[in-house]
Amino acid sequence: MSEQTKPYDKPLPTLTGLHGEFYAWCRDRELRFQRCTGCGRYRHVPRDICAHCSSMEWEWARSGGRGTVFTWTEVVRALHPAFADATPYAPVVVEMEEGVRLLSKVVDCAPEELHIGMAVEVEFQQIGDALTLPVFRRARRVQ
Amino acid sequence: MFKDKACIVGIGETPFCRKPGSGLSEMGIQLKAAVAALEDAGLKAAQIDGILPFPNVGKAEAFAASLGCENLRFAATLHVGGAAPVASLRMAAMAVSSDAADYVLVPGGWNGFSGARVRETAANDVDSIPGGAIARDFYIPFGLTAPPQWYALMARRHMHEYGTTAEQFGAVALAMRKHAQLNPAALMHGKPLTMADYLASPMIASPYRLLDCCVETDGAAAFIVTSVERARDLRQKPVYVMGAAAGQPYPADEITNRADFHRTGLTTAAPEAFRMAGVAPADADFAQIYDCFTFEVIQQLEEAGFCKRGEGGAFVENGGIELGGRLPVNTHGGLLSQAHVLGISHVVEAVRQLRGEAGARQVADAEIGVVTGWGDFGDGSIAILRR
Repeated sequence: MSEQTKPYDKPLPTLTGLHGEFYAWCRDRELRFQRCTGCGRYRHVPRDICAHCSSMEWEWARSGGRGTVFTWTEVVRALHPAFADATPYAPVVVEMEEGVRLLSKVVDCAPEELHIGMAVEVEFQQIGDALTLPVFRRARRVQ
Repeated sequence: MFKDKACIVGIGETPFCRKPGSGLSEMGIQLKAAVAALEDAGLKAAQIDGILPFPNVGKAEAFAASLGCENLRFAATLHVGGAAPVASLRMAAMAVSSDAADYVLVPGGWNGFSGARVRETAANDVDSIPGGAIARDFYIPFGLTAPPQWYALMARRHMHEYGTTAEQFGAVALAMRKHAQLNPAALMHGKPLTMADYLASPMIASPYRLLDCCVETDGAAAFIVTSVERARDLRQKPVYVMGAAAGQPYPADEITNRADFHRTGLTTAAPEAFRMAGVAPADADFAQIYDCFTFEVIQQLEEAGFCKRGEGGAFVENGGIELGGRLPVNTHGGLLSQAHVLGISHVVEAVRQLRGEAGARQVADAEIGVVTGWGDFGDGSIAILRR
């Protein structure tokens, strides 16, 4: 397929610091969020300290990978040249069972089929040797 | 506390244009507006000792050097995007009421059409917004690259929770366009709009259509703030700052993980400003609400307390925010139909209304007006002004 032969031309995240650690787990096909070892709360995006209890102790805790669509937008007209050939596409906010939300996309669902509350589960999209993005697909098991 | 201690005493604006562009540099166009504001106030540039430039479009030092402000002693830029003009108005009021400055210039403007487009700068220059590194690493790789897409996430959620409709978004677009027909300086003057036109406009980032989005513009505006005592010696009838406040959503640098998804900067700023002013939202004769996109007007009307959360859609329907309605909003046509000049023009228009200089779009006997700012991922600012 041409999709696979064409070089990936979308903007990439930086892979340094805590942001890089998040994506390093994704490369191992694991979605992990920081969990405060002081109060047990999950957090995303990565930060140095727990905003609830000020603890700087935390671990990368593995997510169950399940969540629901919280909101989304269907981008019909790209506002960044790298996404011009990707329209229509839909950035989606997923609310995970752990309570955190993250911005991603649902890869097996046309934008017009998205709805708030839709059950989804994590999947991984390998971009290259260094980067894998966490994406979602419709949940296959009953939740 | 600076209630009734500071005034806006000068306003200036350049013409607004798209093609072929302003023909001026971004600093040049802002200087033109600043000179107009000085002229309006009857002040010399050398008297300006405070400058609060908008983020990313010019440094105070450059303004001072260009204009001849030899005694600059108060300068800052508030990094709250489109909330900056009104947040800077508040900061200027604090400064002149505590003798940190005598006369504060708040300029803003850009070549928003012919130069770098804001739709792209958010992704191309991540340092341009406080949440830029988060956007770069967690939003942009998934194609969430630009302001209408960020705010569409909020608009969709509001529609889901409260039943807000596309026609209600359209009512905002139509009200702004209607007001622009009374404003010869507006880019959309002479271009009336119907609901059918609105609904037929192409989708950009659902639920936002093209006509939910403001007009990227070349243009600039400026205003000058001083103390009540100094204002007495100046040319214009002063417009008093009764109250002003700024606020942020939580977290402000990341959109998706907000416990209260609809809380914005205005949610906390508005009660503070009204408390200081000693008036209620219902006392306002008009409001100039930062309207980068239609839903942001609905959202800010709710969070500012003009109606309850979830009732903003009904509030804007049936001419509710048009001249003659219960609260005329953006009597100049706003960012949606006058021009996107970073929100400075909302302050300028509020001053015109309170001076009684708004011509065909004058709100009869306008005494108290509200002006808001909205920026970045939902930062907010508000000022309550009186004649």
